[in-house]
Amino acid sequence: MSRLATWLILAATLTFLIGPFLIVIFAGLSAGEALAFPPQGLSLKWYAKVFTVESFRASFALSMFLAVFGTLAALLIGIPAAYALNRYDLPGAETIRTIVAAPIIVPGIIVGLALLRYFVVPLNVTITLALFVTHTALVLPYAVRVVSSSLNNLRADMEEAAVILGCTRLQAFTKVVLPNIRGGILAAFILGFVASFNEVPASLFLSGPGVRTLPIDMLSYMEITFDPSVAALSALLAFMSVAIVFLAERLLGFSRYV
Amino acid sequence: MSDAFVSLAGLTLSYGETVAVPDLDLDIAEGELIALLGPSGCGKTTTMRAIAGLLTPARGRIVIDGEDVTRTPANKRGIGLVFQSYALFPHLSAFENVAFGLRLRKRPEAEIRARAEAGMATVGLTGFEGRRPAEMSGGQQQRLALARSLVMEPKVLLLDEPLSNLDARLRLDMRNELQRVQKDTGITMVFVTHDQSEALALADRIVLMKDGRIEQSGPPAELYAEPATRFAADFMGFENIFGVEGPDLVSETGRLPLGYPTDSPILAWRPDGVAVGAGPHSGRVTASSFAGGHREYVIDCPLGRIKANAPIDTAEVPLGRDIAFDLPQATARPLAA
Repeated sequence: MSRLATWLILAATLTFLIGPFLIVIFAGLSAGEALAFPPQGLSLKWYAKVFTVESFRASFALSMFLAVFGTLAALLIGIPAAYALNRYDLPGAETIRTIVAAPIIVPGIIVGLALLRYFVVPLNVTITLALFVTHTALVLPYAVRVVSSSLNNLRADMEEAAVILGCTRLQAFTKVVLPNIRGGILAAFILGFVASFNEVPASLFLSGPGVRTLPIDMLSYMEITFDPSVAALSALLAFMSVAIVFLAERLLGFSRYV
Repeated sequence: MSDAFVSLAGLTLSYGETVAVPDLDLDIAEGELIALLGPSGCGKTTTMRAIAGLLTPARGRIVIDGEDVTRTPANKRGIGLVFQSYALFPHLSAFENVAFGLRLRKRPEAEIRARAEAGMATVGLTGFEGRRPAEMSGGQQQRLALARSLVMEPKVLLLDEPLSNLDARLRLDMRNELQRVQKDTGITMVFVTHDQSEALALADRIVLMKDGRIEQSGPPAELYAEPATRFAADFMGFENIFGVEGPDLVSETGRLPLGYPTDSPILAWRPDGVAVGAGPHSGRVTASSFAGGHREYVIDCPLGRIKANAPIDTAEVPLGRDIAFDLPQATARPLAA
């Protein structure tokens, strides 16, 4: 293949990957009133407006809450689950692994519909609780898989050594296993956080009056108001994700775990 | 029985439905250095894990220092175990690895410091306190694992294949180290190995195991010179083992007249015990190699392959030529069937 063709393919790939991101950043910088690209003039007013929209503030808080606590809950379930799958010769362990991975494979729109029809409506649970449960379930596969892969690298005889030196099984877990899979847990947290924060399809079904996650709120905002503030907000969220992953990579070599 | 420090009585060990060790009896005296020797799958590691408390026996009793510990969990048994992989804690410094058990016992900080430092000094690791295990060589890691066990002052120290992960020179160092530690502390040691030379060099007594049973047990010199069974002889380097039928030695491939009477059903010779250059038998040389102090021949004869060592000052018999040999009565080891 010629040099020129190589460069063209590289350029096309980068355009598709980074292009939309750049368009959104610049669309948000527009001085005009409607969402458009290229932007009509330049100003920061839409970036400023984002922070004044009441519903954005509320939905950002909800999304943050779901991303942080949903992921923590997923880890609380996922770490012991990964440990059990890894250390004990459970009957049907393969099946359990497949089921745990299901939320990644099953389309979110089906998960959302099923939860709405058979969980929220019949049990009359609040939307916030339903969202919390959903996000926990959606993040769980990441927690189990990432923690599993760091457990794989940890020899089981290390725990036996700890027990012989006087640890109970639980102490062996907290004093030897946990410190050695700390990196994997942090990686799982970041991955889960980002996945939860960006989740759309399932959350689409689980919105109520004044209770929406940020991406859903942005969708409905756009249906009514077609100004560049949504582009500005999208750019800000993209920067937040990039910053988190960048920090994670610098601090703990994130890419080792995913 | 009464003077046994560690006593295994009627010990039956199984993994699920598979019985690894059926009905084992073994007494170990205080301060003894025992080798559990055998091929993989013979139950030696399983037995060691049971003594450590990592495996609960299906039946039988384990008594250590007069106390029945059969149901005592591993973390309350007061046993040390040096793992084959060392199983050091990678997130802790060398010092903290050694101090780990003492901290669990909530000893005062000054005592922890003193005992951990003394422990590291015992194995020659003073100055390595701040290192992580990953920053240490294999030999240093092993000594660290040894120190981590020794500072707990265990009643019994178990070692799983202690020399197998080390190169030849480190093996010798470690062997001397283990013997010195054992002599200095007087601790009872049980180590597991598949290598008969390790067992011969290190142990006070060798317990040779096969299929979960004790095949033979005794001092190294005794096992080396007087193996009782075909299995024991094979393990101790008797490479020429043949059945006796009437006046002949027999094998699957043929027979050879023995030339002298014997009551044993099986006779065995080491390669050193076979005389070459003269004798009533003859065979073809199919392999010949120089081994420093002697020359190793493989001789093809009606019995199959005979392995023989010839003194280095005798003329080499080339490959493919016939060579005379003898299977002398003096070096024949009679074995039970």
